[in-house]
Amino acid sequence: MQEEELQKTEKKSAYELFFDIPVGPQHPALKEPAFFKFRVEGERVVGVDVDVSYNHRGIERALEDRNYIQNIYLIERICGICNVAHTLCYAQAVEQLHGKEIPPRANYIRLMMEELARIHSHMLWLGVAAHEIGFDTLFMYVWRDREVVMDLIEMLTGNRVTTAVNTIGGVRRDVSNEAKDKVKKGMNVLEERLKYYRKVALNDPTVNARCSGVGILKPKDAIRLCAVGPTLRASGVKNDVRKDDPYTLHDEVPFNVITFDTMDVFARVLVRIDETLESVNMVRYCLDHMPNGDVRIKLPLSPPVGEAISRVEAPRGELIHYARSNGTKNPERYKVRTPTFENLPSVSEMLTSKSDYEVNIADIPIILASIDPCFSCTARMEFRDVSKGKTWIWSLKELKAHCSKSRR
Amino acid sequence: MLKEIQKSLFKKKATVLYPFKERERVHIPEGFRGKIVFDRDKCTGCLLCARFCPSGACEIVTDEKGKRPIFHLELCLFCSQCQEVCPKGAINLTKEFELAAFDRKAFTIR
Repeated sequence: MQEEELQKTEKKSAYELFFDIPVGPQHPALKEPAFFKFRVEGERVVGVDVDVSYNHRGIERALEDRNYIQNIYLIERICGICNVAHTLCYAQAVEQLHGKEIPPRANYIRLMMEELARIHSHMLWLGVAAHEIGFDTLFMYVWRDREVVMDLIEMLTGNRVTTAVNTIGGVRRDVSNEAKDKVKKGMNVLEERLKYYRKVALNDPTVNARCSGVGILKPKDAIRLCAVGPTLRASGVKNDVRKDDPYTLHDEVPFNVITFDTMDVFARVLVRIDETLESVNMVRYCLDHMPNGDVRIKLPLSPPVGEAISRVEAPRGELIHYARSNGTKNPERYKVRTPTFENLPSVSEMLTSKSDYEVNIADIPIILASIDPCFSCTARMEFRDVSKGKTWIWSLKELKAHCSKSRR
Repeated sequence: MLKEIQKSLFKKKATVLYPFKERERVHIPEGFRGKIVFDRDKCTGCLLCARFCPSGACEIVTDEKGKRPIFHLELCLFCSQCQEVCPKGAINLTKEFELAAFDRKAFTIR
């Protein structure tokens, strides 16, 4: 919510007493730097002002100085958890510039890696969410079982998190038959454990008390505020890039888009657990149907002149990459649109009390965590006038006009 | 509840006491991307490793044999791109992962 709106709410107070609670940019409740100013009336949160511009790293500019191969490893480091989604999206965009198709086996491995990364991301989130509601036993259990998928990723790619498996023209490592058996065994363990966690989430009174009816986002608002990914699906809107605009082999591999209609944090927990179960089945399908053949085609370093857009369903939601090539070995322009940035307006909506639903201060951590925020996704440009306490974003035209004015 | 307690009491611990005990139980899979080993005799000085290194960890120096790379592990990302592009197989990433040292020279691979 913007500053002016906060001032409006001040006048309407029943108690004529509001407090502003600043949280961040460095705060024990936050894992990454972000600033939240909560306006509270007693225990009720009536407004929130979000500032996420503490993590600008200039990656888009840095991409223009490196060649297409070096950029794979820079793109991978936009976000550690979503690294497979980012490199997949980047590789698809560059292959689109080249106008080449990759071998079918490479597509299967890409899809499998993407789904393994989704399993590991969602399990990490489930642990964090359990920790935020004070259920640390569940947190420890989930993270112990997450080690199963981490070990599989390490075995397949050579590293636990930054996999570096996708490259332009295919994947860098093949999957051997012994590895396939190990992945299958791991998937059996994970399926059993995930079904258990689903039971826990459905039956446990702690989870129910802390998550049900908290952080409500109505489908109408979710669409209006451009929510993406599990946050949108938990509001009952059936939207998934994997179904709507299939890439790699998502049109061949069967899976269901999971939606839930309770619209609260509880729905987000269940959507993520069920999606993880779907991912387990997709990994199994990939292992069974993987054809033989090459995993990589050689492509020249410099793609022809052109533009490309590629979309990927990252664990947190829709991810869009845009690339423009001028025929040299460096991209002319590269743009990344990340899911957390799209979900932040929804989180301010969830954190504001309405006539029919209240937000308490104690619910803030879990509501924030429920969109799976990744603040390395968020830094964008904005302007701040400290004396007036105003924040705004300029278009290019306004920026140019301001520059010419100040030069005079 | 009691059943769960019984199960957990006699189960193997999930935590590995890594640096103190059971060091050998830290399982490192084949193909792990760890410390770089460089075979200077195989190198022909094509400089592809420096051209594709994303983090500038690969520095080119000129010695009696011509232009040769040296690797700075403190800058390395362990992406194994240099290993992939090397036409002679002179660069290899090993399973060694304990790379902390007091001396900075230990991070330079010649």
